[in-house]
Amino acid sequence: MERSRRSFLKILGISTLGLGTLSAVDLLAKAEMGKAEYSPNPKGMTGKRWALVVDVKKLDEETTQKAIEACHLIHNVPDYGDEEEIKWIWTDKYEHVFPGQEHAYLAEEIEEKPFLLLCNHCSNPPCVRVCPTQATWQRGDGIVMMDQHRCIGCRYCMAACPFGARSFNWKDPRTTYFKDKEPPNPKYPTRTKGVVEKCNLCAERLAVGEMPACVEAVKDSKAIVFGDLEDPHSEARELLHERFAIRRRPELGTSPNVYYIV
Amino acid sequence: MYNKGLVITGIVIFVVFFTSPFLIGLVKSGPPPEPELSPKAKLAKQCVEAKEYMVESHMQMLNDWRNEAIREGKRIYVATDGKEYTVSLQNTCMDCHSNKSKFCDQCHNYAEVNPYCWECHIEPKEKL
Ligand code: SF4
Ligand code: SF4
Ligand code: SF4
Repeated sequence: MERSRRSFLKILGISTLGLGTLSAVDLLAKAEMGKAEYSPNPKGMTGKRWALVVDVKKLDEETTQKAIEACHLIHNVPDYGDEEEIKWIWTDKYEHVFPGQEHAYLAEEIEEKPFLLLCNHCSNPPCVRVCPTQATWQRGDGIVMMDQHRCIGCRYCMAACPFGARSFNWKDPRTTYFKDKEPPNPKYPTRTKGVVEKCNLCAERLAVGEMPACVEAVKDSKAIVFGDLEDPHSEARELLHERFAIRRRPELGTSPNVYYIV
Repeated sequence: MYNKGLVITGIVIFVVFFTSPFLIGLVKSGPPPEPELSPKAKLAKQCVEAKEYMVESHMQMLNDWRNEAIREGKRIYVATDGKEYTVSLQNTCMDCHSNKSKFCDQCHNYAEVNPYCWECHIEPKEKL
């Protein structure tokens, strides 16, 4: 059978067109299915600059432990008890927390006191600037978030954070610490080997209208107050207006959002 | 054609050799598995979207879910039929599909894919 080049090209053109429409129809059908939408929970808390105000005098050793325990239980943070420890919230002594502010005649109460520490959710976070994958980034409400799905474990952020707020998973918590015991909160994931983790200001709780777990754990004493600093009537803002509060290492310019009333 | 016999045998060997992974796969894998629905999933009749869509695109959807929930803070999924769900693999998907070994694993093992969701997300405890 002889076929002219012309008719061959015609057939070719028509079949390409046909195939093209077929896959276009297929794609459209799929797009149609994916028309669903996403929205934030209307019960969720919204703010512009979340902050914590810690009243050091109200935090005795017991309440401090309560806050730490609440956070670590709710977020399935393992307790390795060695140099590979993972911490979202922890304590340290005044001289380490506020270096350069110590002097020989410091009140004993302050000198020995365990200060409650966590990520400062800095307004100008160096950890975010160095992260090559945007696994850590700053949300519109000021929370410096981690997306463990994206973290490649390069630990640049740990080098950048001047507050030691980040921990690296040297080992897989599920095959070590949680090998023989269940992670305490079955509603929250654990982490895996090779990712960095830190306090997320309880983003998952704020999303459903709940207070951060550490704040809730000590709410009887009102030792930690949570609020939006951009809102002049928030509890945190009012407290800062009334009482003198300091932040960790403000001279570094990261602009921490955790305040300490000492 | 010169060496007709040789050439044809050669071609046959070539074809068999290069399709052998598929042929072996066909013999070895057997019929595709039938993932089993948990009683709760059965009762619900439909997943968040139509079955065909879920079978084909659940991985894409989960990817969107994680981005929307974590990065955009949008933790409610309004499905095509208007129903609302909490965007959570661990707490929404697995609440219904509480039988991971008989549901997820069936196809994943068959297709030899190894999603690493479960290295962090906690799977429901199954009654064995
Ligand atoms: S305290 Fe450290 S980890 Fe937290 S936002 Fe500031 S620099 Fe980043
Ligand atoms: S360790 Fe993870 S979060 Fe930190 S800088 Fe690297 S990718 Fe970003
Ligand atoms: S705000 Fe939430 S995540 Fe951060 S230390 Fe407190 S309880 Fe832990």
